Amino acid sequence: MRLDLLPRARPSPWLDLLSPALAFLAAVLIGGVAVAALGVSPVQAFVTYFVAPLSELWSIQEVALKAAPLALIATGLAFCYRANLWNIGAEGQFVVGGLAGGCVAIATQGSQGFGSQGFTGWILPAMLAAGTLAGIAFAMIPALLRVKLGVSEILTSLMLVYVAQLLLDYMVRGPLRDPNGFNFPQSVSFDDAARLPALFEGESLHAGVPIALFGIGLGALVLARTLFGFEVRAVGASPRAAGFAGFSDARLTLGVFAISGGAAGLAGICEVAGRIGQLQPEISPGYGFTAIIVAFLGRLSPPGILLAALVIALTTIGGEGAQIDLKLPLDLTRAFQGLLLGLVLGADVLTRYHVRLVPGGPAAKAAS
Amino acid sequence: MDATVAHAPRGGPTPLFGAYGIVKRFGAFTANDGIDLEIRAGEVHALLGENGAGKSTLMKILYGLLEPTEGVVTHRGDIVRLANPDAARALGIGMVFQHFSLCENLTVAENIALVMPPALRGRALTERIAGLGRDYGLHLDPARPVWSLSAGERQRIEIVRCLLQDPKLVILDEPTSVLTPGEAEALFTVLERLRDEGRALLYISHRLDEVRRLCTRATILRGGRVVGTCDPQAETARSLAALMVGTQVREVRPKANRPRSADRLVVDHLTLPAPGLHATPLRDLSLTVAEGEILGIAGIAGNGQAELFDALSGERRAPNPEAVRLDGRPAGTLGINARRRLGAAFVPEERNGHAAAPGMSLSENALLSRHATAPLSRFGLLRLGAARDLARRIIEAFDVRKAGPDPAAGTLSGGNLQKFVVGREILAEPGILVINQPTWGVDAAAAAHIRQAVLDLAGRGCAVLVISQDLDELFEVADSIAVLHAGALSSPVPTSQTSRAAVGLLMGGAGEAEAHAPIAAAPADALAAVS
Repeated sequence: MRLDLLPRARPSPWLDLLSPALAFLAAVLIGGVAVAALGVSPVQAFVTYFVAPLSELWSIQEVALKAAPLALIATGLAFCYRANLWNIGAEGQFVVGGLAGGCVAIATQGSQGFGSQGFTGWILPAMLAAGTLAGIAFAMIPALLRVKLGVSEILTSLMLVYVAQLLLDYMVRGPLRDPNGFNFPQSVSFDDAARLPALFEGESLHAGVPIALFGIGLGALVLARTLFGFEVRAVGASPRAAGFAGFSDARLTLGVFAISGGAAGLAGICEVAGRIGQLQPEISPGYGFTAIIVAFLGRLSPPGILLAALVIALTTIGGEGAQIDLKLPLDLTRAFQGLLLGLVLGADVLTRYHVRLVPGGPAAKAAS
Repeated sequence: MDATVAHAPRGGPTPLFGAYGIVKRFGAFTANDGIDLEIRAGEVHALLGENGAGKSTLMKILYGLLEPTEGVVTHRGDIVRLANPDAARALGIGMVFQHFSLCENLTVAENIALVMPPALRGRALTERIAGLGRDYGLHLDPARPVWSLSAGERQRIEIVRCLLQDPKLVILDEPTSVLTPGEAEALFTVLERLRDEGRALLYISHRLDEVRRLCTRATILRGGRVVGTCDPQAETARSLAALMVGTQVREVRPKANRPRSADRLVVDHLTLPAPGLHATPLRDLSLTVAEGEILGIAGIAGNGQAELFDALSGERRAPNPEAVRLDGRPAGTLGINARRRLGAAFVPEERNGHAAAPGMSLSENALLSRHATAPLSRFGLLRLGAARDLARRIIEAFDVRKAGPDPAAGTLSGGNLQKFVVGREILAEPGILVINQPTWGVDAAAAAHIRQAVLDLAGRGCAVLVISQDLDELFEVADSIAVLHAGALSSPVPTSQTSRAAVGLLMGGAGEAEAHAPIAAAPADALAAVS
């Protein structure tokens, strides 16, 4: 007995749109069974996970603040993954971006600004630029190693995450430590000129969210309407045809790594200059890794990624609520997110293939 | 020519294996169309035919990989059903594949143990491998890892795997295609030994010299049918080629004699190593195509056609600029878009995934090869409207039938997609066109349309290089024909001064002197006899 996958003649576009919704429904049902097994009412859990976070202003802002970096990083990663290049190191590029932008903030600490007016408006743009450029530069390491020496970018980008994390750890314990900080491993708190302003007085929503939305929009435009975006899509759709189109592998590799590294670096400095306001050993709750899930949940297209980031952010915030209100473990949230990804990918396979149960032995050895 | 025609009365004892009335259809395509084949113990039986003649399909049916739509397979006169390769092996049918299925990181013994029943693994197996090595001259070190072995040694593993099951019939699919001449000679010794033991061998090949050396009977396929059986040792390479290539002589379109003018495409002593294990190196290849000329490159698949195409298109670059010249300008080290800017255009063999991306729309596929030479982008931004206009012009000029305004390329039928990719290049009005298998797998009407468009393009002064396995096509469009065999090119001969038989002989690897001996005169009546 074995399962054969037979390609469908023409994948139905209707099914294509419906399949993520069905996958989500299936994930909720399976999650409900797990919750019930833990002795909690599934209905109550559903409300806590998916409804409660949207019922209060502060938690809606939290969802947006969590979704923004995820969507921005995932949009950058979509370029890589569409071109069949595997940047697994967005977490490291995020950290390095936050660190580099934070260095600008610390270096300008207490600056009186230019001229008699004390113009300090340049500091924040300089921080954002430094964060983006540092993310790009850090992503160039695996890209260049791949282009010049043929080293697997999967391994190098992943390993560089640990380099970035340890570098940040060293910096905040050493050179960047706040001299008046009672030896806590953290930097000084940034000046107001080095903080992303809140969008509404007294609320937590800050300018990082519109910056991320702008970045995602730009990414969508580049992917759909530029020759470079066409190149990325062509390589993903058909590598041999992309070679026939004369697209250069090396340039493409450097380009998509620059985009994904830049997006992750920008997200990193937005997080540091937005919510945190100083450098500390941990600046990311794993955004760079979660963004990989977001990119695939969103099927590597910017609108889908935006939606997927909101769903993941929602379940994360909801999961925190469930932990407090229902005593459900945080791991359940992670398991649910993994389940959702598996089901979405599985549903994608089923929209493109029939499954047929074939009696008999294992698949015949393919001839020549 | 004393080739007996199919369905001649069958004599002699009951054959070891027989296949009768085999029909295999894939959708509307009939790969095998009523094939009869008898294999006797102790004979090396050749299965001859061009690519697409139906050899592989028949072989897969005999090995249980495919089930026939109609017809039966018999073993010693009894009808048997070969539902899968296990059933075939149980009857004593073994197979040596053209492409090896070996794990590079495992040793020889481990690779063999993988396919053996668990009871037979272990030290006893190592001893049996050594024993077979002694008996048959199949020398293998069981402890060597496969990655360190040559193609010939890898093939020995496949043969040993097959012999460990003590087969009565061994099917060999183009066994020499990856071997050096020395390795091939060693293989023949082994095969002769197997034959002398009373085993039957089914030898699939298109190499006529090998078949004549080894085989005592041959069944020749063309277009899915048996066109003759014969004793290859009583035939000449020429008569075998005539049977294989076919003799339906179409009227060759008379061509106006154009005055010899400027050379537009020149390949000058191009040598490139093989890009992979199953690829062909290009050996000191030179050719010239003049303005308005169509040069046809004939040859059996896998003799360097894809490698030549890639070297001409710039998808693979030559070591020196002078190796390829486009309108007199050195282009050997340029990429494909730089060559396009010099006025060249290219149509690869594979429509889906090389000439076109099947998942992308037709307008995006227009962009694919024209983005560098047509005004389809500005400051890096795509002009999608211009791309749609271009696609519409191609669709109108080449009568491409499609569903919807701008459908994905993959939804078009083979013929319509081929018209689109040929039209895309021809509408660029190239000065040089290189086209590989222009009408492969295309219906007759679309094929005629494409050939006419290529002829018209040459009439406007374009130098055209047509690589094709279809001799009828080459005789219809080409001014002269050269043959690519094992990566080397014969000197081009004007189409009017050669014959299918002479070209077929070169395709099978005969020397040029032999092929052109009595130029074009002799074969006509001989060919008529077998058709």
